Amino acid sequence: MEMTGAQILMEGLAREGVEHVFGYAGATICPIADALREDPNLDYTLVRTEQNAGHMASGYARVTGKTGVCIVTSGPGATNLITGVATAYMDSIPMVAITGQVPSNLIGRDIFQEVDITGAVTPFTKHCYLVKDAAQLPVVLKEAFHIASTGRPGPVLIDIPIDVQEQLVHDVIFPEEIRIRGYNPSVRGNDKQIANVAAAIGMAKRPVICAGGGVFLAHAEAELRAFAESTGIPVVTTMMGLSLLPTEHPLNMGMIGAHGNTTANKALVKSDLLIMIGTRVADRAIVSPDEIQKRMANIHIDVDPAEIGKNMQSALPLVGNAKVILRQLMERGAKADCGEWRETLQELRRTNLGRGYPTKEGYVFPGRLLRLLGERLKEDAAVCVDVGQNQIWACKHLRLRGVRFLTSGGLGTMGYAIPCAVGVKTAQPGRQVVAVCGDGSFQMSMNELAAVKAGGFDLKIVLFRNGVLGLVNQIQGKEPYHGPFGVRLDGDPDFAAIAGAYGIPSMTLRDEGKVEETLDGFLAAKGPCLLIAEVSPEWKTTD
Amino acid sequence: MKQTISVLVENRAGVLNRVASLFSRRAFNIDSLAVGVTDDPSLSRMTIIVDNGNNVVEQVEKQLNKLVEVIKVRTLDEGNMIGRELMIIKVSANKNNREHIMTICNICGAKAADISPTSMTLEISDTPDRVDVFEDMMRPFNILEVARTGVIALQKGGGKI
Repeated sequence: MEMTGAQILMEGLAREGVEHVFGYAGATICPIADALREDPNLDYTLVRTEQNAGHMASGYARVTGKTGVCIVTSGPGATNLITGVATAYMDSIPMVAITGQVPSNLIGRDIFQEVDITGAVTPFTKHCYLVKDAAQLPVVLKEAFHIASTGRPGPVLIDIPIDVQEQLVHDVIFPEEIRIRGYNPSVRGNDKQIANVAAAIGMAKRPVICAGGGVFLAHAEAELRAFAESTGIPVVTTMMGLSLLPTEHPLNMGMIGAHGNTTANKALVKSDLLIMIGTRVADRAIVSPDEIQKRMANIHIDVDPAEIGKNMQSALPLVGNAKVILRQLMERGAKADCGEWRETLQELRRTNLGRGYPTKEGYVFPGRLLRLLGERLKEDAAVCVDVGQNQIWACKHLRLRGVRFLTSGGLGTMGYAIPCAVGVKTAQPGRQVVAVCGDGSFQMSMNELAAVKAGGFDLKIVLFRNGVLGLVNQIQGKEPYHGPFGVRLDGDPDFAAIAGAYGIPSMTLRDEGKVEETLDGFLAAKGPCLLIAEVSPEWKTTD
Repeated sequence: MKQTISVLVENRAGVLNRVASLFSRRAFNIDSLAVGVTDDPSLSRMTIIVDNGNNVVEQVEKQLNKLVEVIKVRTLDEGNMIGRELMIIKVSANKNNREHIMTICNICGAKAADISPTSMTLEISDTPDRVDVFEDMMRPFNILEVARTGVIALQKGGGKI
């Protein structure tokens, strides 16, 4: 069998079960484009800037559990993709990014659109390859998908020079299995340590489970819920762990951290045993790890041993896959006697959830709108949330019943929501999907309204318009800073006209009394729709 | 306190870059890094000396282990390892002080590698502190150039990592 490098790539992708790629054309990937033309099994989405190919692949991966794939050209295409790759790395999203490269005999000569992309992304990819011989492609692809999707998932980049894409290879062999001697992620938790952990849980009077994005990555949502319910231990989550349990689940105490709620933070600091599952003790979630570490024992369950002891020491580390470990713990019959503690937290939680919202003539408060939105969403909907005040408001106020919450938690990449939502819609066109943006983040990827339109997606976009980069404005308004600078969004366009230019209808909301009926109309609208909510620039995430 | 980490890696282009990039990315301080192929040509051994401030060695080990091309990582016990460094040092020398220099070489176990009417080039392979001593002893003769390899090390006894 004789194949070109580009044909090997197509065959390799098919063998990995890839059905969709996100990309942007360019000179050094023309052989791949040619192969894509002739491949009836691979769908393609054209993005409007390469960064969003990464974000779409991310959204796609997060709801399917499959590895997201994007293909872009060399030079600026590759450097534009970097933010997408780094965003995926920080949130451990399985992704294979393929970049074109200049001819291999010219690498290093600074020719047109040449950039050392593997050198650039080494610090924030799980692994990367520069392929210099097409005969290696079958093995490289097999390895790349294996590395991206197993252990702690993450992005893998494959840089393929154009001559390698064109190179003819005779007798191509696709490996069925591969073994990488330096890569053997743990899956099962150590049995002795499982027993120790179960015993520690049995002794605790005020245990709390802190669940993070790793639980989603291990597809352990059901196990987490079963473990919490069978032990009766209250649960707090990080931002990446939001929507692991419905907001109003009796054991869910909400999100911890700098932007978290008081019940969750109290549960964390007052507990006598902290059980962390799939969370890396990020600074936004656990603000003072040294304090927490001194105050209580902690169990740290993570598939990546390097996360244990990186930001906080753990008395009871447990390395392995969250799904497997939670099952091991349940088989062990881990039980906790913590009824009094649970009831105290539940009481506090009820008071927290019952709070009111500020009002101001001519504006709608995002918290109230999000709460009402959450109540109206289908249980299997997905909400893709951007970065800024809108993210914090969504974390705090969106009542999630079964809805999947998706955001850029680690890197905090503005402009993530719309391309992420396009990725979700691409994978699951029938699913109800809402993107939530601010007017700053919306303008970072509003060019992807073209992808929304081209895909025919009935994506709903909520845009909170307050004419300011609100979260930074809040920071600049406090000590040690002296006031806002460079945060007023002067020159903001007419967003309704922008949407209209893409053929997407819009609604504008500036009256608290009309929120419910407008939301009903918005969600019922056929096809895509933009809801512009006028928000007071004075409102803070703490309001 | 200095710690010696022995790392077996795939003998492939780009691996050194990955390891070096990891150290700068994680703000770990490297004292020295020496790399060379092993008896198995598919493997290289890196010997890395790090400053173990903030008990960073455990994190260094774990982060190194995450690299796909890293096969094995072991922190060597200082009391139970053979660590050696090679230094080549060029000093000003003439017929008046050559013998004096050779006396010091004999005491320190160094030897002459090259000679010219105005210089001598000497080599020594020893533990880093004894190499330091030799370098200090050469200072009065006007050191022209120094090249040091950084430490390479193996643990003592019959075991292997």
